[in-house]
Amino acid sequence: MRSKNAGPFWVTMELFMRDADGYRIVADEAFLDEQVVADLYRVDADTVRIYRIPSLNVVKISFPRPVSQGSLRDRDMHAGQHHVPLALLRAPLAAAGVAGGEA
Amino acid sequence: MKGMPAGPTWHAAKIVECGGQATSNPRAGGVYTIIDADGFTIEPLDPAAACTPISVAAHMLYETADPFEMREPDGTLDVREATYVALDDRTVRVEGSRFHVADQHTIKLEGARITGYETMSFTAIRDPLILEDIDAWADLMCTVVRERVAQTLGLTEDEYAFDLRLYGHNAVLGELEPETGPPREVGVMLLVNAPDQATATAVAKVANPLMLHLPTPSMAYLPSLAFPSSPAEVERGAAYEFVLNHVVDSLTPHGDVPHRDGGDHPCLTQPTTRPPPRWRSSPWRCAPRTPDRSG
Repeated sequence: MRSKNAGPFWVTMELFMRDADGYRIVADEAFLDEQVVADLYRVDADTVRIYRIPSLNVVKISFPRPVSQGSLRDRDMHAGQHHVPLALLRAPLAAAGVAGGEA
Repeated sequence: MKGMPAGPTWHAAKIVECGGQATSNPRAGGVYTIIDADGFTIEPLDPAAACTPISVAAHMLYETADPFEMREPDGTLDVREATYVALDDRTVRVEGSRFHVADQHTIKLEGARITGYETMSFTAIRDPLILEDIDAWADLMCTVVRERVAQTLGLTEDEYAFDLRLYGHNAVLGELEPETGPPREVGVMLLVNAPDQATATAVAKVANPLMLHLPTPSMAYLPSLAFPSSPAEVERGAAYEFVLNHVVDSLTPHGDVPHRDGGDHPCLTQPTTRPPPRWRSSPWRCAPRTPDRSG
């Protein structure tokens, strides 16, 4: 996983999964949807965009930065460490014998 | 670009920026791209590195909010139908990039402004008795700093602001930090913002004895904390924050901007200027804004 500014007012993050099995876990809306992201990052779920890209085994998430880049309350100027709350989310064990673990 | 179609040209331009990330070895350098009438071909400059269909396609995600579309002054790049094919073990062929020309030529106008002047102070804590109660210590620090600034400098809370960051505990993520448990060592950064440098430094100096000696609420003695330097205060000068996020209608592809007579702004199609900084608001609690244009 990685995160980064997408311009000074948005943050974007990607989950690059190793294979289709991993992709199915994180692309499952029952595991990861706009509300889960909103709760982790304390933003409005209506502002969260999720893009599921099976050809790359990637799920991409974008939402407006709650503090603009450079403000006194901005602790991460390039938002490069803001993937961690999502990366620590425990993934469920998949039914079809897929090894679970952290996303 | 020299008669080549806009779709492959804009798509290739996006990929070559930070192009090393589109290769097997991001540290090896950039990429080499040839654009033609039907698409573009891309390979790393380093003969030992490789571009793969996945590495090139994935680079469309980098630093963009939307992985499929990218707004440019003349229209929108659309890579939904793009295909990525390996020509050999290190060269990729990209075709199918489209460009939808917009009715109105626009330019993005982003801007930062000076929000004040900052002075930073830094100390460090290793004593486990304080570290096991570090959040209460930090709350007490904020309370006492505000009280003493009011008493000694006569400043109200809307005349300055500060951020107290506990590096080693939760400085990076703040309220979003999911881990708990006492840290082994904490670096304490006090960042003060005020309308002028002298005021910012005066506030930091009022906090200086606290950064050296503040106990936790339950301690019956004054600890001495570990300043890494003396004097502890560092003047950072002007502080800047991004505040302007506009799309401006432009008459020509060369950026001539129409102004209304007597008006104080260019014609704005999506005015989204941020309000003045709200110093008292908590991190991650400002209102969400309208979508930015990627790029």
